[in-house]
Amino acid sequence: MYKSLEKLCEMEKETGKPFWKIVQEDDCRERGVAEEESFAQMHAMYTAMREADADYDEERRSASGLVGTEAKKMRLARESKNLLCGDFIGKVMEKALRTSESNACMKRIVAAPTAGSCGVVPAVLISLQEEKGFTEEQMTEALYVTAGIGGVIASRAFLAGAAGGCQAEIGSASAMAAGGAVYLLGGDARQIANAAALALKNLLGLACDPVAGLVEVPCVKRNVMGAVNAMTSADLTMAGIMSRIPPDEVIDAMRSIGRCMHEDLRETGKGGLAGTPTGVKIREQMAGM
Amino acid sequence: MNLFDIIGPVMVGPSSSHTAGAVKIGRVARKLLAEPVQNAKVYFHGSFLATGKGHGTDKALVAGLLGMQVDDPGIPESFAAAERAGMSVTIEGIDLGDAHPNSVKLCLEGVSGKKLEMVAASVGGGQIQVQELDGQSAEFGGDYPTVIVHNVDQPGCVTEVTALLAHSSVNIAAMQLYRASRGGDAVMVIECDREVPEVILNCLGQMNGIKKVTYLTMD
Repeated sequence: MYKSLEKLCEMEKETGKPFWKIVQEDDCRERGVAEEESFAQMHAMYTAMREADADYDEERRSASGLVGTEAKKMRLARESKNLLCGDFIGKVMEKALRTSESNACMKRIVAAPTAGSCGVVPAVLISLQEEKGFTEEQMTEALYVTAGIGGVIASRAFLAGAAGGCQAEIGSASAMAAGGAVYLLGGDARQIANAAALALKNLLGLACDPVAGLVEVPCVKRNVMGAVNAMTSADLTMAGIMSRIPPDEVIDAMRSIGRCMHEDLRETGKGGLAGTPTGVKIREQMAGM
Repeated sequence: MNLFDIIGPVMVGPSSSHTAGAVKIGRVARKLLAEPVQNAKVYFHGSFLATGKGHGTDKALVAGLLGMQVDDPGIPESFAAAERAGMSVTIEGIDLGDAHPNSVKLCLEGVSGKKLEMVAASVGGGQIQVQELDGQSAEFGGDYPTVIVHNVDQPGCVTEVTALLAHSSVNIAAMQLYRASRGGDAVMVIECDREVPEVILNCLGQMNGIKKVTYLTMD
C-alpha cells in the first residue's frame, strides 16, 4: 500500500492514470491477482455495504439496550420535512445510523476501516449514488479511492481506536469518505487528498471513550458526525478551499496526537464519556447482566 | 495488511477484535482439532471477560467452534446451533496473568475423543494470535497453512521435518522453535505458502522423536 498521498498525486500527474487505478494496480501487484478479480472483489464490498443498509431492522436494539431504533426516528424526522440540514444530509445521517446500529446489533456489515466506524463510508457513498445516479463501476472506483486513503493512513499512522483514539477510526473513515465523494464529483487526486486532509483535520484529537467498552455510545452517533463532516469537506474542496497543511502532514499530526493520548482515551472504556458518573453506572449495570 | 483489510472484512458486528477475532479463534481451534467438537470448555480472560457479553464474544467463539466464518448471519444464534449439533459448551472466567487483554483458553474434546488445549488472543482488526497449544508455546496468526510439530528436543529433527516439506515442494513462509528444556519437549511451528498434503502429514507423524502433528488448513 502507498505510504503517501503526495506520492499518489504525483503518480496521477506522471502516468495520467486516475487515483483509483493506481490504487488498484498496487493491490494487483501486492496480492498477485488480475485487475478483473480485484475489481469484482471491491464491487462485492460495495454490494455488501448496500445489503447492510437494506438489512437494517428499525425495531431492533443491541444486547445492552443502549442503541437501536435511532435511524427510524431520523427517517420519521426526514419525512416531516423539518430538518435544518435538509433532506439530502438527513439521508446521509439516517444511513450512518442504519449501518452502525446494525453493527451494534450483531448484524453483517463491512468494516471500513473498522467495525466501529462502519457507517461513515456507506452513508456518504450510497446516498450520493441514490441522489445522483452514479453507476456501479463509478461506485466501485470511489471505494478504491477510500481504500487508498485508508491505506496511506494505516501506513503513516493507525486505524484502531486502541492505538490512536477515535480520530484513527471515525477520523480516518471520514477522510476516506470525503475523498470518495470528491472523486464522484469529478475531483482529481489533489482534490481527493485535500478533502481527506480537511475531514481529518476536523477530528484530530478525538478520544476513543466507549461507555462500558462497547461499540455503541458514543460510536453510533459519531458515525453520523463523520459522514456529515465528509460531505462538508467535499463541498469545501470542490469550492476551491484548500488545506494549508499538506495531507500527509495532517496524517502525521494524527499519529503524533495519538501517541500523546493517555491509555484511558484509547478504547479501554475508562476515560472520557466512559468515565462519567453515568458511564460508570452503565458499566456496573452491564457487569451484572 | 492489504487493501481489503481497509475496506473489509465483511463481518457480523459489533467489534473486529471482540467479535470477528473471537470467531476466528474458535474456527482455528476447530480446524486444529480436525473433527467436530463434542465438549468445549471456554475460559475468557481480561477484556474478553469484562466486555465480552456486550460484544457477543461468547456467541462468536461458539460460532467459530462450529466452523462458521466471520460474516455468518447465524453467529448471534450460535448457542442454539451448538445444541442442535450436540456440542456442549461451558463458559467461565480465568486469570491468565499478563496474557494479552483479549485472550481465551479453550479445552476441546472432539467426537472421536481427540483433545486440544489452546490459548489465543485477538490482537486487533480481527487478527488473532495462537499463543499456546497443548500447554506449550506456539505463536502463529492462523493466516497460513500451519504445521505444529510436538517432538523430543534432539539433533536432526528440524532437518528431517523441513526436508520432507521440501520434497513435496512446500515453501516455508515462517518457522519458530520452542522447547521446555534441553532434551525435553519441543515444538516447531511452520507456516507454509501452500497446503501440506495429507500423506506428508502422516509421514511426519510416524517419524522418530515426533509425538504429535497438528495441522491448520486454509480450506
